Amino acid sequence: MAGTIYMIVRLHGLFAVVMLGGIYSLMAASMFVVLDAVDVAFTEAAVGAGISTVLMLGALALVKSEEKVASRQVLLPLLTALIAGAALIYGTLDMPHYGDPNAPIHLHVAPVYLADSEVKTMVPNVVTSVLASYRGYDTLGETTVILTAGVGVMLILGGNRRRRRKTGKGGE
Amino acid sequence: MTHHLVLRVVAKLLIPFILLFALYVQFHGDFGPGGGFQAGVIFASAFVLYALIYGVDKTLQVVPEDVLRVGIGLGVLIYGMTGIVPLFLGAPYLDYSPMGHEAPHGQEHGIFSVEFGVGVTVSSVMAMIFLQFAGRGGKDDEDET
Repeated sequence: MAGTIYMIVRLHGLFAVVMLGGIYSLMAASMFVVLDAVDVAFTEAAVGAGISTVLMLGALALVKSEEKVASRQVLLPLLTALIAGAALIYGTLDMPHYGDPNAPIHLHVAPVYLADSEVKTMVPNVVTSVLASYRGYDTLGETTVILTAGVGVMLILGGNRRRRRKTGKGGE
Repeated sequence: MTHHLVLRVVAKLLIPFILLFALYVQFHGDFGPGGGFQAGVIFASAFVLYALIYGVDKTLQVVPEDVLRVGIGLGVLIYGMTGIVPLFLGAPYLDYSPMGHEAPHGQEHGIFSVEFGVGVTVSSVMAMIFLQFAGRGGKDDEDET
């Protein structure tokens, strides 16, 4: 995965960058499978590796496929990234180990969900019951976000086509 | 347009199975991995494949833009309305318990309906975004540059 990221940063041909992005998503999906997060892996494979790669290619059809080489200084951004990365890694030192049963996240509401979910909702997949029932408001919000994204794209890209069709230049 | 014969045949073979798999992911999300978000994306990817092989204009004949536009709103509407139903049955918003003859069944129905709403919106939005991008690119190439 690190190798893919390095190539994405180094390459200037955007087509290859999009392809590497897809490969990266696929590897992230397999990593989620290894971590037993099958639902997340499913989403990552479908959205990250599938649809967004195709959308990026669609966007590439609209713009040039070569990256403009910027001639700015690189020292300050590098320094910022290094400091931010070091701070994040310092933050993880205090986190509980992966899979630690005594981690706070496993002691708060998760046991209740795991024990009650099937009895209370008759849905064996806890991810689904948490997503749609216990956290129904959040998912409603997420769906609205997708609605907003769709409306935004329609407003930005859709107007042009309508106008053109009206003037009788529909394409064919 | 007569070339890509292999692609056309394979796409035609694959699309029904992609749609079927999307429906499976949608309605089997209670039992296995999956749910509205994933199913919506897979459902839309079938239309994306169709658009890639047969072109945007043909795809818009299959799913007119108005259908997608209605679908985008309809999904959220289904979700929101599912939340309102319990209000009339004397429970808080989005608490599906009274929607069945006993609480767990109500939850099951509620989750099912909510996931369906998510699926409708996600698939419409994804197909819409792709068709907007692709349609725009093709048209611009033809009559401007």
